[in-house]
Amino acid sequence: MLQISQLNAWYGASHALQDISLEVGRGEIVCLIGRNGAGKTTTLKSIMGLMDRARGSVIFKGQELLQQPAHARFALGLAYVPEERRIVQGLSVRENLRLGLVASPEKKRETELIGEIAGIFPRLAERMDQEAVTMSGGEQQMLAIARAMIAKPDLIMLDEPSEGIMPVLVDEMFELFRSMKAQGTTVLLVEQNVELALDIADRAYVLDQGSVVHQASAQALLADSEIKERYCSV
Amino acid sequence: MAGLSFDLIALQLFAGLALGAIYVLFAIGLSLIFGMLTVVNFAHGAFYMVGAYVGLYLISLGGNFWLCLVAVPLLIGLFGLAVERVLIRPLYGRGIDYPLLLTFGLSYVMVECVRIAFGKTGYPFDTPEVLQGAVNIGVGYFPLYRLFVIGATAAVLLALWLFLEKTSFGLIIRAGARDPQIVRVLGVDVSRVWLIVFGIGTAIAGFAGLLAAPLQGVIPEMGGTILAEAFVVTVIGGMGSIGGAVLAGLLVGVVVSMTSLFAPEMAKVSIFALMAIVLIVRPQGFFGRAGLLS
Repeated sequence: MLQISQLNAWYGASHALQDISLEVGRGEIVCLIGRNGAGKTTTLKSIMGLMDRARGSVIFKGQELLQQPAHARFALGLAYVPEERRIVQGLSVRENLRLGLVASPEKKRETELIGEIAGIFPRLAERMDQEAVTMSGGEQQMLAIARAMIAKPDLIMLDEPSEGIMPVLVDEMFELFRSMKAQGTTVLLVEQNVELALDIADRAYVLDQGSVVHQASAQALLADSEIKERYCSV
Repeated sequence: MAGLSFDLIALQLFAGLALGAIYVLFAIGLSLIFGMLTVVNFAHGAFYMVGAYVGLYLISLGGNFWLCLVAVPLLIGLFGLAVERVLIRPLYGRGIDYPLLLTFGLSYVMVECVRIAFGKTGYPFDTPEVLQGAVNIGVGYFPLYRLFVIGATAAVLLALWLFLEKTSFGLIIRAGARDPQIVRVLGVDVSRVWLIVFGIGTAIAGFAGLLAAPLQGVIPEMGGTILAEAFVVTVIGGMGSIGGAVLAGLLVGVVVSMTSLFAPEMAKVSIFALMAIVLIVRPQGFFGRAGLLS
């Protein structure tokens, strides 16, 4: 579904990603792990088209993405939930969800799809007409995920979804990722909470200083305390 | 002070609202464009002035005022689309001063073109016949045309509000003004939205110019004067805030109108005094967000 080869990206003069190559197969949950600053977020941003300068190749469903603007990548079935969640201030929960559909061919089924999402996220259903930024961090994270899911993307990229969220909600959220996978959505996950992430992932790549330094099945990595120690301890 | 009856003050208040209505129309376009594109449109006054001249020209060709109310915003909006697409778009991402300087220069070009085409002196602009005269509004007789200006402004505001609050495109504009990046991630071609917002803002400016024409006539410099006053309005209301532009526009209109009743020599200065007071109490304006320009 997604093949990345020799991906390089820069922030100004700083060379943030160096020859990243990785693959995500249809229906997989693939996890990127590594320390802060290892290049995980930059990898996701490059895939979504949010870096000013990126070179190499990112092929999604057979199409080269790098020359395409971010909005065209969404149209191909790519979704991205940034670390900061980016819930839009001044809009209600419902309006944030509608925003997830404005550019989608599914827009005609707006009411139906919002109803469907409300079934998956009962916490959001109760707060539909509340201003979204007044909700707790966990609820806002749920909303960010719901907003990305509502247009039914083929691949969803999640950046640190568990960050700053109370444990009960984290469990709920990871349960949701499992069911997303069961329904055929492919997930590319960046997560600090390594144990939890590897528990639901199929495979993982370990990043360090802008390069892929290791890759393995999630099970193998869970057992490999040396790798975890070396690249993931904060 | 016997002459300053309650009725006179009330009438002057209405006159202030009519004046304020023009400020409001002008400032909401300015604010919409700034809030969405972070472009400080120094050519906004020129679009306003060209709107009045296009109206003048259409009427000289035999058109009527009602046709102009539709045609002028349409034509000025189209002109705005072209300006955004050809001149402003290449400057995005270069900082706020590039489009500012460009539109500043463009306003001079537009004013000069109008001087070449219509001459340096102004023209009177006839009030349409059915809107001539005055009506009794309870506190006295008030010019019908000014009442029409207030009504037309209310209609534009209502339409704009419905557009922003009730349509998908309006939702995109509201979200895009806060966070263009997430709107892009959700599949929206933001540059197309900016184009349309610039078109809408300039169309409203043209409409305001046409509405103002029967009140004050048309001259090539009419845009420069209102631009300075409208900047005061947007600063008081809060840069980028449409609600702020409405409230501050009406307030400025009323303050100007009241000071010209009590102390005519202070009328021009009064709005700057008002701005100074508001900025001391609330530096970001009524509804502004701090740090928009940083």
